[in-house]
Parts: sequence; structure tokens; C-alpha cells
Amino acid sequence: MPTIIRDSAIIESPFWVVSLDEVTENSGVSDQPNALLPQAFFLQHQTALAGRKDLGVWLASSDDVEALAGLVHQLPVVALHFPMFGDGRAYSSAVILRTRLQYQGEIRAIGDVRRDELEQMQRCGINAFQLAEDQDIHASLQALSAFSFSYQASIDRPTPLFRQRSG
Amino acid sequence: MYMYDNYDQTLVDERVEQYRDQTRRFLAGELPAEEFQHLRLRNGLYIQRLAPMLRVAVPYGMLSAVQLRKLAYISRHFDRGYAHFTTRQNVQYNWPKLEEVPDLLAELASVQMHAIQTSGNCIRNTTSDQYAGVATDEIEDARPWAELIRQWSTFHPEYNWLPRKFKIAVTGAREDRAAVQVHDIGVRLIERDGVVGFQILVGGGLGRTPVIAPVIREFLDKQHLLTYLEAILRVYNRYGRRDNKYKARIKILVRAMTAEVFAERVEEEWQHLKDGAETLTDAEINRVKSFFTLPDYQSLHDKPAALTDALGLSLAFGAWHKRNVKGHQQLGYAIVNLAMKATAEAPGDASAEQLETIAELAEEYSFGEVRVTHEQNVTLADVRQDALFTLWQKLCEVGLASPNLGLLTDIICCPGGDYCSLANAKSLPVAEAIQRQFDDLDYLHDLGDLDINISGCMNACGHHHVGNIGILGVDKKGAEFYQVSIGGTASSTAALAQILGPSFARDAIPNVIQKLVNVYLERREAEEHFIDTFSRIGIQPYKDSVYA
Repeated sequence: MPTIIRDSAIIESPFWVVSLDEVTENSGVSDQPNALLPQAFFLQHQTALAGRKDLGVWLASSDDVEALAGLVHQLPVVALHFPMFGDGRAYSSAVILRTRLQYQGEIRAIGDVRRDELEQMQRCGINAFQLAEDQDIHASLQALSAFSFSYQASIDRPTPLFRQRSG
Repeated sequence: MYMYDNYDQTLVDERVEQYRDQTRRFLAGELPAEEFQHLRLRNGLYIQRLAPMLRVAVPYGMLSAVQLRKLAYISRHFDRGYAHFTTRQNVQYNWPKLEEVPDLLAELASVQMHAIQTSGNCIRNTTSDQYAGVATDEIEDARPWAELIRQWSTFHPEYNWLPRKFKIAVTGAREDRAAVQVHDIGVRLIERDGVVGFQILVGGGLGRTPVIAPVIREFLDKQHLLTYLEAILRVYNRYGRRDNKYKARIKILVRAMTAEVFAERVEEEWQHLKDGAETLTDAEINRVKSFFTLPDYQSLHDKPAALTDALGLSLAFGAWHKRNVKGHQQLGYAIVNLAMKATAEAPGDASAEQLETIAELAEEYSFGEVRVTHEQNVTLADVRQDALFTLWQKLCEVGLASPNLGLLTDIICCPGGDYCSLANAKSLPVAEAIQRQFDDLDYLHDLGDLDINISGCMNACGHHHVGNIGILGVDKKGAEFYQVSIGGTASSTAALAQILGPSFARDAIPNVIQKLVNVYLERREAEEHFIDTFSRIGIQPYKDSVYA
């Protein structure tokens, strides 16, 4: 079970990431509980998987998050993959999940997830972090509270600063 | 100018502490170099050929005398007594020590300055017209809008890891002094049916693939500025190319989609954001505008005797007045430009002493404020006309009275191979050689407006594509060569320069420039500027002369 940060606490999560290769070779993997399936596989098998509340999905940074519209509410976890430091597409995916798709469940960052990105991820609506292997999970908790305010509206602070300043 | 409140100050202070901890972790071996690189770049710190280089943000070019003195102090204590004004209205230090940068940033924060997002693939410092608020051709002061964009883009969590760097420029005047057509986003204040709003341009740029930005929205109501920018950024963040850094700028995406399709995508995205929380309120617009009110102007007349008498007495003052002084919105006032381009000094370089002198002069003559221009000069925006002569005399004493604003020797130039690890070739010695070749001031004034822009590599920090004459350093089998182009302009009728032909060795450049100038002198009609003659006769006569 991976150790993750969720809602600013360190927990063990039963959800585990299944790669596209794994599930292509053995589609039986998807029968197991708590699997996070690749979006492509999930969309392909959505009829068979409909109603499964013990499954999650993960998206590559190039996947179109809007393809999950109407399907996402049954999922307890949607994971967003960060292939490397510097690929910022998943930040937009997270915001769209929380706003356009109105997703309320866990959004988990997976892949190359590093301490100094967590605060920005949190602001985009990501509330769970499965850190890269070399990261210190306890020290990383501090990163979430680096800034007291933010100028922009974001998922965690839906009112922009200017509306507080000027009323 | 804008003054921080407790919110702004807290954010900048917290960033200093965050960066201090990141530096500590790097030095302690807890943070790998490649990871620290991403973090330091988002705070303006490059590792250069000789030492780190720190880029400090000067939002839309505005600086107070207090800030200038701090920049001077920093140049003495953390650098070698110099600062460098860049082509994006910023300031660079070329010799700070990596371990001292957190302290340097704390010094900056103490005068409401920072280095946030001055490099890296994020939204950079927003630039504007150096004459904003005083220009005679102004529709509306662009600075409040640039400040609103600065705040919105600072630490924007969704757009800190874009495909590539992202630059926004705002202008509120009829003449484009902010080069909005060669920015990732150009915001132009325009008037339509008596209402002032924005025209939005997207996808301009220089670099390897120079492009003049197309307009993607003809008119945007003011309150929608931030939500509309948000829509553009989101389309770019999601669909901009990330496989090839040379194809990652938004101009490539706009071109691949076509401007029409790109505009439709933005419009679709905007429908989700329009009228949302980021929609600007009148209260906020007025709050930010309240920082850019008119200073305490005296009631004066234009052309006072003190000015006209001095013009009658001193030809040198007259030459400076003609080139470096511009008209002002307020009767009896003038805009004064200090050309930081004395021969044998690197264009844009200012010593600590010069910075302090400028601070003093700003306090005495211009309400304690200056502006940094994208031509790497410094502007005193609010000088009484009856004080111009005494100001000029003081500028002469400290070597800041070069009367060459906009002339051939007012060269825009990047730091080049002397300092920059990206450069293919040196640029500063080329600028100096040209300045030496053209040292006759009467001749220069007769030539009139002529921009020479020099970049040491394809990254085009010297904006060579929009120089009337552009010079680009190229590497030919390990030797430094220079490609010359002609016909570019960054004005409202922006045009990209055309390459003249095969490149030249460095010592040939002054003669090449001389030949181009000679063609102009032979062929010009009446009051034509260099660029007008070029537009009329085309490139061939210049080619014939240079490659004869």
C-alpha cells in the first residue's frame, strides 16, 4: 500500500496504479479492487466497468480530462500523472476536474511529484500526493503552507485577493 | 506608483524564505542540481558562463529613487558595482554568489522588489510603455492594467510550468512603445464608440521564429481582462508543444491552429471562465488606479523663457533637447531620456554611482520616480521645462547626457558572449566598434532615427529582428560571425527585418553599417527616415552596395 499525503495528513492508501502494459497483458487486473486504471483502458471498457465504485482512473499528462465528463462521479480517486518536473498540463486537468466536471473525490498526483510543487498542486485542487521515491514525505508536508495568501482565485481559495481588499 | 500593502509584502517575504530554504537544501545536498535549477530559474537565477546571473523584476519599468539606491547598494555589496538594464525593463546582476542570493532577495523585498518569475517557463514580468501616464498620444494609462496582470500572474499555480516562457506587454498609447506585436500576448487599450477596452494580440515573438502577433479579439470589455487572459493561458498550457523547446512558444501553436481557430478555442474556454471570480470589480480597478494619479504638478506654461533662452545659447543643449526630450501631457513639463549608451560602456550598464545620481536627479526633478525602457535607457517622466537646462548640465557632469536617443549609436544589445552562456558570439564589442565608427554627432543627428539591435544568439534578447539594422551573432565552425539584417521595426507598423546575405567577421561590421547608411544617404527623399527609405526602395540596393 503506498504511503501518501492526503488532505495534509500522511496515510496508507489501498489504491495502486496499474500501468497500461499490465492491464493490456492481463485485463483481469481490472477485476481487483482499488486499482487505478489508465484512462484509455477505462474509457474503452466503460460499459463493463460501470457501477464499480472500488476503481479509480489515472490520466497521462497528454490525456484529455474532459473525456471523463459524466463518468467521473462514480470514481473515488482520479490520479494525474506528472511525467517530469516541468510538465504543467496536469495542473489544468485538475482545475477542470474540480470546476467543469464538478468532481468532489480524491485527486491524486502521481509520477515525478516533488516537494516544491505540492503547494501549486494543492491550489489547483489536487488533495493527495504520491511522492517520487527519493522524496521525504514528512518534510514535504511543510511545503503545503508556504504562502499565507494568493492573488488569484484557485480551487483552495476560490475568492481572489482583490475581492477581499476592495470588498 | 504602486505601493505594496501587507498582502503584497507578506507574499514577497514568504517567497524569500521559501527560496532561502530551497538554497539551503541545495547546498546541503538535499536537493539535486537539476531540481534546484527549475526552482532557482523561477526566481531569476541563471548559472552563467562566469558566474550566476540574477534578473530582478522591474514591473512595467517603474522604479522609485529609494529602489534605485537599493539597486546601487546591492551592486556594491553583492556584485562588482554595476547593474545592467535589459530589453525587458528588468535589471540584471552578473556576479552574485549563489549562497548570498537569499540575502540579496531580502534586500530587494525591503524596498518592495523581487525576482519572482523573471526566468523559467512561466509568466514573466509584464512590460509597458515607458511614457505611460505622461505620453501625449495616450488613450489611457497602461500601468494599472499592467499591475493587475502582475498580481494575477504572480504565483499563478496553474501556469507556473508552461511549455515555454511567456511574456505579456500592455500599451495604452497610439504609438506602440511596448512592442506589443512581438509578445506572447499584446494588450492594447483602444477606444470604440466612446468606450475604452482592450484589443488582444497573441503569438508574436522574436527568437528563432520571429512572428508579428495576430489580433485574436478586436475588443474586450475591461472587467474581463483577467478571465480572458486565463482562457488564453489554459489553451496554451494544455495544447502547446512540449516535445521540442524550439517549437514550444505560443506563436507556434497559434500558427499551427491558425489565428482564427486559436481564437475560437480561447472563446470556448472563456465561456467557462467569463463572469467568474476573476472578473474585475470597479472597486479593484479604482484601487489600483489610485496609485497612478497625477503628481503634484505646478500650473505652468509650455516653452518658458528659461528653456528658449538656453536653446538659443547652447547648440549642445539644443541637440540633446531635440533627441532626448519628448512632449508631455501636462503644460510646462517634459519627458527626459537618459541614454545609457556612452561609447565604450556596455549598452544598458549603469554603475552604482550612476544609479545613485539618477536617484538624486529623480528626487530633485521628477517626483522621485524613473522608468526603465526596453531600449535599455532611463526616463525621467515629469521634468519642468524651465529646469531642463540645469538638469542637462548636471547630466553632462556625470556622463548621462548622451544626446543619441534613437540615433544609430543608441544601440540595443544583449550581454552576449562576454557574459551569457547561451551566446554564440560576443555582442558588446560589436556595439562599441560601431559607436567608435560613428562618433561625429552632427553626422548622427543628420542620419536621424535609426535603430541598431544586436543579439549574441538566436534567442534574440537584443531584438535584432525588429532593428532597422539587426545584427545576429552566429557560430561558424567555432568562429564568431555576424549576420546582418535590415528593415525591421518595433513601432506600430511592426515589421521583421530581412537578412542581407552571407555573414561577416566581427571587424567587418562597422564598414557594413557604413555602407548601409551610405545607401540611405544617397537615396533618401526629403525628410525620410532610414526605415522609410528602405520600405520604398527594398533590400536590393543595400545588397548591391555591401556585397559589391
